[in-house]
Amino acid sequence: MVAPATLRVVRCGGSTLHGARAVFSADSKQVGNNNYLITCQSRLHQHIINDANLYSSSLDGSIKLWDFMDGIPIKTFTVGSKLLALYALASSEDSVFVVIPKSDTFQLVSVKLTKAAGQDLEAKELSVVLHGVGASPKSIAFGREGEYVASVKDLNLQVYFFKQKQLNRFSLSAVKTKGGNNHFTCVACHPTEDCIATGHADGKIRLWRNFYHKKEYTFSTLHWHHDTVMDLAFSIEGTSLLSGGVESVLVLWHNGSDCRKDFLPRLGSPIEYISMSSDGALCCTLHTDNRITIINSNLRFSKCIQGLIKTMDVKTGLVVDPRTKALVLNGEPGHLQFYCLQSDQQLFSLDIVQRQYIHQAGLKQTDLVKVAFSAQGKWLATVEERDEVTDPELQLKLWFYDEETQSFKLNTRINMPHEDHVTDMCFRDMDELEDDSLILVTAGRDCVFKVWVMVEDTDPEGKYAQQSVSWNCDFVGSYHNYQATNCCFSEDGSVLAVSFEETVTVWDSVTWDLKCTFCHPPGKIRNICFGRLTCSKYLIGATDHGFLCCWNLLSCALEWSAHLNILVLQPDPLSEYIAAVSWLSKESSLFVFKPNEPRPIYIQRNLCKEKIQLAAFIPRDEPETVGSEKYLWLRRSQLFFLTDTQELMTLSTKSLEERLTPSSKQLAVEESLPVTPFSLLLGKHRCQQSQQDIDLGKRVVQNKHEQDSPAVKELLHTPAHVLPSASFLCPIFINSLLISKENKSAEVAADEVEMESEKAEDESDEERDITEMEQEDTSPMELLGEMTCKLSKSQEKELRKIRKTDYSWISAF
Amino acid sequence: MATYKAVAVPAVPRLGERITQDTVYWRGYKTPVQIKEFGAINKIDFSPVPPYNYAVTASSRIHIYGRYSQEPMKTFSRFKDAAYCATYRDDGNLLVAGSEEGSIHLFDVSGRAPLRQFDGHTKPVHVVGFLSDKYRIFSGGDDYASYLWDIPSGTDIVSYSEHTDYVRCGCASKVNADVFITGSYDHTVKLFDARTKRSVMTIEHGQPVESVLLFPSGGLLVSAGGRYVKVWDVLKGGQLLVSLKNHHKTVTCLCLTSSGQRLLSGSLDRHVKIYSTTSYKVVHSFNYATSILSLALSPEDETIVVGMTNGVLNVKHRKPEERKEKSQKKRQPAYRTYVKGRSYMPKQEDFCVSKPVKRVLRKYDKLLKSFQSSKALDAVLEPPIRLYTPEVTVAVMQELHRRGTLRSALAGRDEKQINLLLTFVARRVIEPRFTSVLVTVADMITDIYQPVVGQSAIVDRQFLKLQEAIGKEIDYQEELLEVLGMMDTLFATFTQKRATCLEENKSNGLNRGY
Repeated sequence: MVAPATLRVVRCGGSTLHGARAVFSADSKQVGNNNYLITCQSRLHQHIINDANLYSSSLDGSIKLWDFMDGIPIKTFTVGSKLLALYALASSEDSVFVVIPKSDTFQLVSVKLTKAAGQDLEAKELSVVLHGVGASPKSIAFGREGEYVASVKDLNLQVYFFKQKQLNRFSLSAVKTKGGNNHFTCVACHPTEDCIATGHADGKIRLWRNFYHKKEYTFSTLHWHHDTVMDLAFSIEGTSLLSGGVESVLVLWHNGSDCRKDFLPRLGSPIEYISMSSDGALCCTLHTDNRITIINSNLRFSKCIQGLIKTMDVKTGLVVDPRTKALVLNGEPGHLQFYCLQSDQQLFSLDIVQRQYIHQAGLKQTDLVKVAFSAQGKWLATVEERDEVTDPELQLKLWFYDEETQSFKLNTRINMPHEDHVTDMCFRDMDELEDDSLILVTAGRDCVFKVWVMVEDTDPEGKYAQQSVSWNCDFVGSYHNYQATNCCFSEDGSVLAVSFEETVTVWDSVTWDLKCTFCHPPGKIRNICFGRLTCSKYLIGATDHGFLCCWNLLSCALEWSAHLNILVLQPDPLSEYIAAVSWLSKESSLFVFKPNEPRPIYIQRNLCKEKIQLAAFIPRDEPETVGSEKYLWLRRSQLFFLTDTQELMTLSTKSLEERLTPSSKQLAVEESLPVTPFSLLLGKHRCQQSQQDIDLGKRVVQNKHEQDSPAVKELLHTPAHVLPSASFLCPIFINSLLISKENKSAEVAADEVEMESEKAEDESDEERDITEMEQEDTSPMELLGEMTCKLSKSQEKELRKIRKTDYSWISAF
Repeated sequence: MATYKAVAVPAVPRLGERITQDTVYWRGYKTPVQIKEFGAINKIDFSPVPPYNYAVTASSRIHIYGRYSQEPMKTFSRFKDAAYCATYRDDGNLLVAGSEEGSIHLFDVSGRAPLRQFDGHTKPVHVVGFLSDKYRIFSGGDDYASYLWDIPSGTDIVSYSEHTDYVRCGCASKVNADVFITGSYDHTVKLFDARTKRSVMTIEHGQPVESVLLFPSGGLLVSAGGRYVKVWDVLKGGQLLVSLKNHHKTVTCLCLTSSGQRLLSGSLDRHVKIYSTTSYKVVHSFNYATSILSLALSPEDETIVVGMTNGVLNVKHRKPEERKEKSQKKRQPAYRTYVKGRSYMPKQEDFCVSKPVKRVLRKYDKLLKSFQSSKALDAVLEPPIRLYTPEVTVAVMQELHRRGTLRSALAGRDEKQINLLLTFVARRVIEPRFTSVLVTVADMITDIYQPVVGQSAIVDRQFLKLQEAIGKEIDYQEELLEVLGMMDTLFATFTQKRATCLEENKSNGLNRGY
């Protein structure tokens, strides 16, 4: 493989899904949204499925028509300005409606899509429908059979009738109820009646009727939500209305009346969009944490589509589960998500806080802040805290991996492990030693670090002995009353480094004596880590004053330092390399270096525009072949990083095509293989082939392969349009299925006489054969004279075996 | 989609004694019966045969008590001075006792006058006993000598005078009829074989030996003297196996349970400690009113009898096994109603309809689920929850606080309810596990009900009570801090050399304790 010139930054998950509503395909079998159906790099914004066509619009001003089965764009229409929302109507197939910015406000325009051939087309026929609409795709809805369009913004509702070319405006008087106002947030139109539903920021839903008249319009109010109504959707018949909001409860209103409603509570996170499938059997909600929930029409939860769950703030950092090699980080509130990078899906979500989460704005909830795994993933330590001034809650929990249930089980809960926030936590990573040496260190803002060890509580009685372990504080260390900020064990676990503001202290992990201190004033220590393998004598630290320092632990002296504003310092667990991500003048850069030399091995400037918050090395299943010396550090593990917009990225040496093929395209081919009598026959043939592989000797199989595989291959793999007629191919194919009858027949005929007599010998076949073979092996020189005779004998046996094989399968034809 | 998560009530580890099988077993005794004797009780011995009467030697008398009798069934009082160490023979028919004047008396349990009298000791005889062949008696006296007597002839067989101080305890081997041991105030335990003229083995205990004991197997020897109980391996030539120092005064008596699994030791420090004979850890301990001189356990551990220096005999009987079947006489549905339909195996073509498992929520959880904060708080202020499981009440209060609805739940209550709330808070606020939550609650209550102070005498009184409780707690904490400060200075003087490390260790331990 030829190494490409540069590493590419590849997005592999995360980001925001909730740019647009999810849409169902016509047969309700597929749901589309930006990232799932279409794995593409640009920011798609809105898309709509019209019969079998999927349109998408993006901020770069283009509308694309997709083949959503294969994920290939068919056509691209260039509009020329930013497209914020896209609507397509079933009634008008050749035009779509888009929202484009116009100076300060936005306007709804209809775009005529030309039917001309070609991939890239320009759509120039724009006609403005409405001025001053909202930028959000939720603020516009098209009414029954596209007769009118309703748009909401702030306190105004505009309804435009296409036929009459009439525009009606309705406005509400601003009312401030507690906490909220009655601004419009979303709009939905009844599919069969003239009725518009609008959602408001104070949680009310208004149903507007009679809006043909500017004065005599009526509206009724539905109120259940206590916070903003995020989205509304009518069922296909229009008998019920669905609404959702921050409460993460899907509310089903029957017949638009306030008294009859059903709920689907605890959907996990605030509902951003609701959409219905065209046959009304399913509805799906899109949540703020990038999850799509598919719900049956009778409000039963049916399926959940989720990748990397988005959280407000990844406080836990990126941690790798040593057992599953999954990426572990904050998931749903109070949960830990185990995210599999290979399959881009959540393996499982571990409930750490174990409390009911109340979806309410402004409520301080307990959340996970620190996570650490022991070396083999047997123990998991988590710290959760609730940040309240008067009564802060802080809990350290230790979880034990239960092999039986294949999940983590709570072992010890420690209330208030520190008086103040826990800043860092680490296990002593020692692979070879027993559990007794397992040590957990937590550093806190209360100026101490604490060492936790496992204690065994054993009932002395043999009969009732039940061993149980729990964790206890063993040592409390402090340094001049400075806040402890980071802690880190050396690779062999003999030394613990704890940083206290400006100083790094090094402690002996057996006696807990302070060994030495390092500091590089001015500037507090932001990150520390030890070198690994050959570089284990080095301690690396990054200060918030823009210095990266490397200290030698043997000489207790500064080895080198570099002027870099390092945000993330991540050592590769499998090699000596350390990745450092710096943030300088609005771009992140990546430096990979070995601690023993100050010169970085690899530099990538302008890694991305966003600030990179976290990074992690994920060990590869098998070392990758890396051509260039420069990318050797990517051989054993892969670097993933998370930006502050929660996009998970990685560095890859492969080109885009290579990455795409294995996942999506092959899958499509496999699935499209129809179940026909021919395929069944072929499958049977293949099956028997493998059977014969086992039955027959190796040589015969090889023979047979060479003979028949080209014929079958030719038949199956030649494109249809260059194949000769079927009548011509049929005999060849059938012949290929007959296993070498012709070349055997002669030999068989010759042996026929012998066969009768040697039948008895034949029965007791294998053992003797093997012993003979062994003899041959041990003394080849002696037997040289007899060789010809022996060989012929073994050949005979082989031939007899061939004759004995079952040809009954031919009768199946 | 998640289900509703019930409020987690935090479990707090129970401080103090852990409940083990042993504590359960040894607590299974009734309240003791106290019997007053004439003087200090120096020996209690159970008859090895049913009905397990026991002989108590105190002053100049030997009383024989029945199992449940409070009065002596029989008394041997033919002693001019103090009697010592009345011991039953293995068949429970004969009783032997030493005396202050140096003679040894042998009684028939059913008779009254002594059958035999052995004279030979010149000083008081504190220890006598039968060898396991039933026909010989060993004795040890304050004349430093040990004798072996023949019962049929009433004469001495052999005498040993190897000890250099009073011989005060002894024990015969159950497996070998010729072997017995004596313990003396000369700090040694000697093992004698009746077939030899000299002691076979000498074990140096280190303190005046008060009591010795051989395990039923005869392989292990336990000696008690000073504050120590030591276990020796006889078969290894008297090697010290383990030395136990769990008493803080002299250990006076030893005893094994009938199973041999537990060793009991009584001491002048008023405690009886029970050790496991496998791990030699204390698994349980009893304490008594005064110093203990003698101790005995009936077969099957049915009765523990302890004799004390002030002449009080303390008898504890085991509670009868609770018959659970009898108490649950309520007629229950027959077994087949439970298994009805359960054993049916669905066939392959059957369509299974599974019944959803119903989750049972507590009342407060149901109310919390439907966001009825005030009612949820009412539910946990019901007497059974409030009184017996205050942690549930506090957990719900905390949950309400987390949800930000605690204030509204506390508000709008009448006099009776405020009274109830304040009583609860004032009572529980000083418990460390509840303090943080209840301080918040108290804060809110005073905030909310400030305007109505002075309108109700009951509420005012509760407020005062709360104030008082908090004031007391503050004083207490201050005192603790003072003590801590004092101890810190003490520790600081201790650890001048390795200042950094040790100091941190100590202060940590204290902080956690506090």
